[in-house]
Amino acid sequence: MRTPRTATTAAVAVAALTLALGGCSSSGGKSSEDKGSGSPGGGKGVNTPRLKIAMVTHSGEGDTFWDIVQSGAKQAAAKDNVDFLYSANKEGQQQAQLVQAAIDQKVDGIVVTLAKPEAVKDVVKKAVAAGIPVVTINSGADFSKEFGALGHIGQDEGVAGEAVGDELTKRGRKKALCVIHEQGNVSLEQRCAGAKKTFRGSVENLDVDGTNTPASTSSIEAKLQSAKDIDSVVTLGAPMAAAAVKAKGDANSSAEVDTFDLNAAVIKQFKAKEIGFAVDQQPYLQGYLAVDELWLNKTNGDVIGGGRPVLTGPAIVTEKDVPTLEKYTARGTR
Amino acid sequence: MSATDIAEDERLLRRSVWRKIIGRPELGSVVGAGAVFLFFSVVAGSFLQPSSLSTVLYAASTIGIMAVPVALLMIGGEFDLSAGVLVTTSALVSSMFSYQMTANVWVGVGVSLLVTLAIGAFNGFMLTRTKLPSFIITLGTFLMLTGLNLGFTKLISGTVSTKSIADMEGFESAKKLFASQLTVGSVDLKVTILWWFALVAVATWILLRTRFGNWIFAVGGEADAARAVGVPVFKTKIGLYMGVAFAAWVSGQHLLFSFDVVQSGEGVGNELIYIIAAVIGGCLITGGYGSAIGSAVGAFIFGMTSKGIVYAEWNPDWFKFFLGAMLLLATLLNAWVRKRAEATA
Repeated sequence: MRTPRTATTAAVAVAALTLALGGCSSSGGKSSEDKGSGSPGGGKGVNTPRLKIAMVTHSGEGDTFWDIVQSGAKQAAAKDNVDFLYSANKEGQQQAQLVQAAIDQKVDGIVVTLAKPEAVKDVVKKAVAAGIPVVTINSGADFSKEFGALGHIGQDEGVAGEAVGDELTKRGRKKALCVIHEQGNVSLEQRCAGAKKTFRGSVENLDVDGTNTPASTSSIEAKLQSAKDIDSVVTLGAPMAAAAVKAKGDANSSAEVDTFDLNAAVIKQFKAKEIGFAVDQQPYLQGYLAVDELWLNKTNGDVIGGGRPVLTGPAIVTEKDVPTLEKYTARGTR
Repeated sequence: MSATDIAEDERLLRRSVWRKIIGRPELGSVVGAGAVFLFFSVVAGSFLQPSSLSTVLYAASTIGIMAVPVALLMIGGEFDLSAGVLVTTSALVSSMFSYQMTANVWVGVGVSLLVTLAIGAFNGFMLTRTKLPSFIITLGTFLMLTGLNLGFTKLISGTVSTKSIADMEGFESAKKLFASQLTVGSVDLKVTILWWFALVAVATWILLRTRFGNWIFAVGGEADAARAVGVPVFKTKIGLYMGVAFAAWVSGQHLLFSFDVVQSGEGVGNELIYIIAAVIGGCLITGGYGSAIGSAVGAFIFGMTSKGIVYAEWNPDWFKFFLGAMLLLATLLNAWVRKRAEATA
């Protein structure tokens, strides 16, 4: 009976030590959160009939970007008296099955992403044929109309990539690394291709697994160690920017990290001068407008953007914009 | 001693129908499936609609087609971790071969069958030759295939997905075979469901009615003893891996012909789902025990749970938790029922 007793003693000792050190942290944590900033709006909703709208995305688990899209959609849902359902799967076949499930549920509208357009093509057409209006968001503007969607709200990935290329040239960079965190996602490839098009230096792509941050960090680090001439790392999503900053530190590289999309961590890194610039595509707006468009269409026959893709980006954000954006990113709406 | 005494030797005893039923490996999973079905019928309003059930069946069939040979392989005492990406490999080969050679799509489909079967045979051959655990061998093939899928696709197509072959000759007829829809009454049923049922039927026949079936149980139970009584262990194992490859080819072609293009990075992680379906269906991880029908029931539980959570409109943040909990409960129920059955048998 020696081992169990030793283990118990050790556990007690650790617990006692934890208590002795005091339970409180003097910085950070829940108590340091800004309490005065809820979501925007928050007034009373409309009195139109209750609608049920499903959003099906290609997101991996726990991506901050899709949290912001969701909070936009939920805000619009609360305003428009809408029952909002969300589901996601990063595999094309699975995403298509989830759209089919939404059709089975006889929802009043579907919001879907077209990152893998061929995979969801048939099922989107099926929804339209079943009389369910579909709004596409994020990427896939080129396919939206062809599949019969009401409208598209998102960013033209090629244009956004070109904006990055221009900005890199302006900053006098020579060689950029474009980090693709969802292998097979067409829109991510388009971003890197866009950057390659306008950037005067050279661009190299690197595939990493975005749902596995430690593995991604070490991949970027290895790349930076082996190719010393890389002077800027472009990540295609805000969570990846943190991984790139860490990899850069570990590899002792002087490359500048630039990123697509914002979140609270990116804003912090702006302040610490770890990130050069970010390209914002306003995900909150994508979720909000998509739900609002379906509601407007149901209740007033409106089509936002007159059937043309509505662009929510790109906007280049630098350190100068931090003061205005900080409180919005902190509550997860920018 | 009279003649009747000899006839009542216990090995020749005719078992009652009831005894036969409770002795089946899939019994526990059937009860588990019934419980999951009842649960979602009550919790999720739209679950019982014919269209929802057809979606559930489709989801189950895409797992089930692979779970059948994976179950046979497990009965034979081995694993295949490369099964998930092999599906993608198979789809990539037929798509890229047809496109690059500008050949009739059926040529690509045929080439893909050969390549896929060869990979299956390679797995089996390496395993029997090296006598290393199948975990190691197929982990190696899994990683190699993941790299080859991406590497070749990028090298040949220039992007991470293949080019569309929808406008090529033979596409429509191949689509009919692998990815069409049958309308029964007002319900659309995907053809994969038929493939699934057919594979289950064939596998069950092999397991219970053929010599090869006996060999599978024998090599999974005790390989050395099996070899001693004359069972060709190597051949049996290679055959089982080629069975997995055949099913991977069927699923791969479905993947290709339902979407015209293939994403080279997909399929990773699915191998575990196939194994889970087989285990829920009553296969022992140690080999020598299990059934093909059980794997189908396991796939059905998986399909019901993954789609039932959507129909029940639960918060998706908790999706994986619910999925895990449901699977655990189904498996526990399965084990409990089996224990009770064994106690009364």
